[in-house]
Amino acid sequence: MNIRSVHAVARFGLGQRGAEPPPSDPEAWLADQLDMPDAALAEAGPDSASAFDVWHQEDIGNGEFSKGMNPRQPHFIGDRYQADRRAAMHAIIGSSQPFRERLVLFWANHFTVSARAGNGVLALVAAYVREAIRPHVTGSFEQMLSAVMHHPAMLYYLNNADSVGPSSPTGKAGRGLNENLARECLELHTVGVSSGYTQKDVTSFAKVLTGWSAERLKEPRGFVFRQEDHEPGPKLVMGQTFPEGYEGGVAALKWLAHHPATYRRLATQLVTHFVADDPDPKDVEAIAAVLQTTGGDLKATSLAVTRLPAAWQPLTKLRTPMDYVFAVYRALDFLPREPKDEADAYWTMMSLGQPYEEALLPNGWTDTAIGWLQGESLLRRADWAYAMAGRPDAPDAESLISVCAPVLADKTLSTVRGAGSRREALALLLASPEFMRR
Amino acid sequence: MMIRRRTALLGLAATVALGNVSLALAEAGTRKRFVVVILRGALDGLSTVVPYGDANLRAWRASLLLPEPGKPDGVLDMGGFWGLHPQLKRLHALYGAGEMLPVHAAAGPTRSRSHFEAQDLLECGAGERMDTGWLNRLAGLLPPAPGENDRAVALGQTVPLLLRGPLPVNSWAPGGKPDPGVEFYGRLAAMHEADKLTGPAMADGLRQRGIEGQALAGAAGPGGDAPFVTLARAAGRFLADPKGPRLAALELDGWDTHSNQTFRLKYALMPLDAGLAALKESLGPAWADTVVVVMTEFGRTVRVNGTLGTDHGTATVAFVLGGGVRGGRVLADWPGLAENKLFENRDLAPTTDLRGVIKGLLAGHYGLGPDALTTIFPESQTIAPAAGLLRA
Repeated sequence: MNIRSVHAVARFGLGQRGAEPPPSDPEAWLADQLDMPDAALAEAGPDSASAFDVWHQEDIGNGEFSKGMNPRQPHFIGDRYQADRRAAMHAIIGSSQPFRERLVLFWANHFTVSARAGNGVLALVAAYVREAIRPHVTGSFEQMLSAVMHHPAMLYYLNNADSVGPSSPTGKAGRGLNENLARECLELHTVGVSSGYTQKDVTSFAKVLTGWSAERLKEPRGFVFRQEDHEPGPKLVMGQTFPEGYEGGVAALKWLAHHPATYRRLATQLVTHFVADDPDPKDVEAIAAVLQTTGGDLKATSLAVTRLPAAWQPLTKLRTPMDYVFAVYRALDFLPREPKDEADAYWTMMSLGQPYEEALLPNGWTDTAIGWLQGESLLRRADWAYAMAGRPDAPDAESLISVCAPVLADKTLSTVRGAGSRREALALLLASPEFMRR
Repeated sequence: MMIRRRTALLGLAATVALGNVSLALAEAGTRKRFVVVILRGALDGLSTVVPYGDANLRAWRASLLLPEPGKPDGVLDMGGFWGLHPQLKRLHALYGAGEMLPVHAAAGPTRSRSHFEAQDLLECGAGERMDTGWLNRLAGLLPPAPGENDRAVALGQTVPLLLRGPLPVNSWAPGGKPDPGVEFYGRLAAMHEADKLTGPAMADGLRQRGIEGQALAGAAGPGGDAPFVTLARAAGRFLADPKGPRLAALELDGWDTHSNQTFRLKYALMPLDAGLAALKESLGPAWADTVVVVMTEFGRTVRVNGTLGTDHGTATVAFVLGGGVRGGRVLADWPGLAENKLFENRDLAPTTDLRGVIKGLLAGHYGLGPDALTTIFPESQTIAPAAGLLRA
């Protein structure tokens, strides 16, 4: 077993699965995962159409409840959301393509749609990841951006579905612009604030996107361009003129997707996520250059990140609470099949401050240690590890050591081996400084 | 400037579960208390402290306008021109007692309309991003607490930039999990001791658990309190303790009212009002030594948007409260709402820099001079400390 293999599993994957030996050729192991199609997409999964059905059911239920026809408030959406979440977490913990799953989590965080937004979005969030993120993780950034911006979940989450051009027919009747999605698309999804756009650009881009909405009751359901809501005339955004109509939005997104500032931002985020909290500017430049020369090919870019020499140095990144919970489940080779087990995983993430799919704000979860490095939070990881290590089917610490020994400090090894009980030994290994890193 | 280590933060499970509230505290060797409440998401100043006497208000805000004073659900009058949102009844009582001072048409150091950038700069107290917050720098300038321990207590899962300093911080929360025992924690601490990243945090976490426990007991009010009310009351209890912390930062989100603002704002203001009252109540006599600043990253557009909400704007309202505050008036260099007075033809124009207000408060409260105030708010020499905010 070589140390590069152990690093690859922690840094680019979701942590070792039980006592499964690490891959003998880590570079090939990573590349293969991106060459193979996404296994999760080969199976049936949540889609927008069924989410709209559930949402409609909830509306009907609410109507009956308010008229007193039914004594209980409906919870179709809540049930659907919990079932989706259970399936998603189950798939992540059991995945044989952990690098791909990490990329899905990374991009879903980059393009955050949070279940905190409430009912409609709650029903759609799992379908969103499956429809807008997953298919493009090894595709092009342009296509991912386009899929995200066309997806009802995003259009509802950041209020574009109701944004109306002030001079459009609907606008003249008294409705108006909502800048939320346009602003976050510039600030978070593409070029970023440092690119120097102004409030005028935000307003203008919001006008470009007027009419980009969603239909959830009438067929065809899903994305719809509402001409009557669209602001007439060409629009100037960051010095570029985009024509009136749906095509203007398509052209603007294409232009933003390939903007050098977008590439720099994505490169910074990728290297920060996978390599170091404070990445070497040269590494960021190298990844930005790959994005530039490949026109935003995310497969080539992801592989380039794995080939950075810095990506094979000792692990420095602190696992986020979500990473940590997934890693413990995988180390214990314990697939949470029962709702109560999945609920435990979810509530643990919650108590550590990072509930799955519930980012507080559109900028998603922080990716660096400063957001998570608090004493109580680390102690809670240890307490939970202790609880999990008490499971009757928990493995022996030595069997896990046998597949990760090269990265363990002497102090960790001697502490684990000097523990007072089998359970304590496993809990200490799971709560060790090395296990908290990726 | 050496920043002493006294920012220490704790986490409270209940707030994490509900997600939108947190509290952080720090120690200092003074009897003077200072509390900052950050409203994340951009509070609409024009709907909170309503300039109902401004002739242009109705034209812009017809669909969001609250009734005038004296009418059902009308604003609460403050001197014939200003009206406080009807949900802020307790704040209005404080205004009546001369202990609450709204500051209107105020803005932080930036004109950015990005939540994240504007919040960061408001907490840094500077026009450019820094690694430390101004409340942390204030902590570094105050006399050390007796014994200079770093056992300050704080609640909240994430550390607000406002209180962030160069050193790692820690957190605490009441636990209910199986107790692995002292031996386990001892081994855990030893295993992490030499680790630069996790070692100090682990050690602090263990210390906090050792000393706390009873602190939050009784902090939760009679059942059903909003998380903000619970945490604000807890903050008051901590701060009232003669040996307790002296600086507190509370965060509350939910102010980004892009749609259905009237409804959303009502339910956002309710716990704010109750929480600030709970803070005063639990501070007891220490209220006389306390200054509270309530601030938000920016205001919202003067025009109503297409979804009965407002979009990101510029100037807004802030509140200063406390036993020694010269309140009972509205502090504003009111720019008016005429179209040609709007900032970039959309926002309430900023005429008061919040840094000047806070500098004035810190000068009066702690007797800090120009050098100290410039350390706290870098490159703010041209922003004069506001005078006469506190009773002599």
